[in-house]
Amino acid sequence: MVRSIAYVLIGIFFGIVLYKSEAASWFRIFEMFQFHSFHMYGIIGSAMGLGILQNQIIQRRKVKSFFGEEIIFAPKDPGFKRYMFGGILFGLGWALAGACPGPMYTLVGAGYWSILLVLASAIFGTYVYGIVRGKLPH
Amino acid sequence: MEYILHPWPWYVSGPLIALVLLVLTLMGKRFGMSSNLRTFCTLCGAGKHSDFFKFDWKAQKWNVLVVIGVVVGGAIGHFFLSEGDTVAISSSSIAQLNDLGFQGAGNEYLPSELFGEMVIVDPKMLFYLVIGGFLVGFGARYAGGCTSGHAISGLSNLQLPSLIAVIGFFIGGLVMVHFLFPILF
Repeated sequence: MVRSIAYVLIGIFFGIVLYKSEAASWFRIFEMFQFHSFHMYGIIGSAMGLGILQNQIIQRRKVKSFFGEEIIFAPKDPGFKRYMFGGILFGLGWALAGACPGPMYTLVGAGYWSILLVLASAIFGTYVYGIVRGKLPH
Repeated sequence: MEYILHPWPWYVSGPLIALVLLVLTLMGKRFGMSSNLRTFCTLCGAGKHSDFFKFDWKAQKWNVLVVIGVVVGGAIGHFFLSEGDTVAISSSSIAQLNDLGFQGAGNEYLPSELFGEMVIVDPKMLFYLVIGGFLVGFGARYAGGCTSGHAISGLSNLQLPSLIAVIGFFIGGLVMVHFLFPILF
C-alpha cells in the first residue's frame, strides 16, 4: 500500500514537471525540431547527463534498492531495424501530435479533452503493432 | 511562489526528471511511459488476438499507478501552479507557425486549430490527431520504448539500441516538421 502511494506520488511529481517545463506543449516540440530553442535539448540533455552519472554511481557502488534488492540494469535486446524503423514512425507521430506518451497523460489531466483522441489512437496503434509484429523486420 | 507559477526553465526541469528516474531506479523499476499503452490493450482483452498482449499485467501495476499520478500532476500543474498557459516559444517559430495557419502560437499551450473545441467539426485536423497518436503508439512499441524509455532511461544506461531509436525519433520528427507540415497545414 505504501509502495502504491509512492508510485502515484512519483507520477504526480513527474506530471507537474512535464506540464511546468512545457515539455507537454505541442509548440515546444515544433520548436525543438526547428532547432529554434535550446529549451527541450536542455531538458532532455540535463536529465540524460545526470541520469548517466547516477546510474554509474549505482552500478559501481552496487547500491541496493530501497527494499534491499539488487538493482538490475537489463540491457536492451541488440538490433538495428526495429529501433530505427520504430523510432522514425514514433518521431513522425511525436512531431504531428506534439506529444509523446508521458505528456499525453499530463494533458488529459490539464483538461485538453481532444488529447483523449490522440491517446486512444496511441493505444490502438500499440494494438495494431501487437497484431502485425510477426510480419515486421526487427 | 512566483517562480513556481512561471514556466520552469530547462535547468530546473531536466534535473527534476533525472530525480524521477533516480527514485524509480532505487525502487527497482525501469522508467518508461509507453509500456502502459500495451498494458491497457491487455486490460481490454487484446490477449485474445495476439500473444504480445498475453503477459502478467499485474507486474506492470506500479506503472499504471505512476500514469494515474501523471494525470493528476497535469491537473495540478495546469489548474493550481500556473498563471495562464502561454508558451513563450522563439519568435522565428511563431513566424513560421503563423505562416502555417497557427494563429495562437506564442499565446497558448496547445494550438487551438488542432486541439480546440472546433476540431470536432474539422475532419482534417481530427484525422491528424488520430494519425499522430497511432504513429506514437505503433512506433513506440515497435522501437521498444518512447522518449522516457529510450531518450532518458535507455541513454542514461548507455544503451546503443536507445541511441539508434533516438536518432530514429529525430529523423521522423525532422521529416514531419520540415517536409510534411508545409503539405499538411
